[in-house]
Amino acid sequence: MALLKSFFKRLTSPSKAALGIVLFMGFIGGLLFWGAFNTGMEATNTEEFCSGCHAPIVLEIQETIHYSNRSGVRAICSDCHVPHNWTDKIVRKVQASKELVAFAMGTISTTEKFQARRAHLAEREWKRMKDNNSQECRNCHEFAFMDFSEQAPRSVKQHSTALASGDKTCVDCHKGIAHKLPDMKNVENWQ
Amino acid sequence: MKHKIIFTSLFSTAILMASTWATANDNPGGIGGVHSLRGDAELEQTRPADPLKKVSRQVSKLDNNFVGQPPMIPHHIRNYEISMNANKCLSCHSWKQAKESGAVKISVTHYQNRSDQILSDVSPRRYFCVQCHVPQVDAKPLIKNDFKEVESLRPNSND
Repeated sequence: MALLKSFFKRLTSPSKAALGIVLFMGFIGGLLFWGAFNTGMEATNTEEFCSGCHAPIVLEIQETIHYSNRSGVRAICSDCHVPHNWTDKIVRKVQASKELVAFAMGTISTTEKFQARRAHLAEREWKRMKDNNSQECRNCHEFAFMDFSEQAPRSVKQHSTALASGDKTCVDCHKGIAHKLPDMKNVENWQ
Repeated sequence: MKHKIIFTSLFSTAILMASTWATANDNPGGIGGVHSLRGDAELEQTRPADPLKKVSRQVSKLDNNFVGQPPMIPHHIRNYEISMNANKCLSCHSWKQAKESGAVKISVTHYQNRSDQILSDVSPRRYFCVQCHVPQVDAKPLIKNDFKEVESLRPNSND
């Protein structure tokens, strides 16, 4: 109790150090805190971190165009699955803390368990993408800059109508572009 | 003693000759007089691979050459999944989706089993599209070919 009291007194009484020093220390402390926080958050955005649980998926992407292509530009997990905008990113990261429970319980700890749960995981991600108008696709594939004359006729047909009018969003058609698909029997507009 | 030496030397020479003859016949080397349109390469050597041919990006309908030919796929199909879980082709070309997608419907024969009985959905033996239907790569014929489609498939403009 006495310890607490003395600590509180220290907080409330003015510092003996000069104001400039205090401000400077606060500034440096803030800098270190922010750096550590941001580095920590970025560490949870790396492929190595994702593959800790989602290993089969990280393998699957390797034959798709988002991994291997002529110009060597590629997307990693977080480019598509974590919002880039800071506030949205924090919201998603807090939601993801729930997934730590799944990790502790080993919900997708084996390939078989993962395959069984694949449809559920995919449905969740499709819904998220639909709700935010496929924002993570549009971070790179911006509709305003699409040149229809450079696209194949099939693409032009869809993009200039359904996508342009906002009737459909990217993920409505582009499912499983970086992964294998779950059972699509009951998915709208499939088969 | 002397006989023995002569015998041994003769015997070993014979074995040596026989073995050289055998190796020469096992592996005659060269191309055996066979010339390939893809370039002459010695049997022992691996020729550098040709560059991969590209599927042409421009979509234009590819004409059938004979009656009953599975139509070619006039577009890219990279990463189109055809598996137990999903069939990307059918997501446009099935009868259910063709109207909305504007794609060509698959033939009614794909809804029949091998005894021509009509089924309620795509026949499992027709499910793996790329067993018969494939995209066309941009490859020139290796030799001149006089093949002509049958009269019934020839467009009118040819006459």
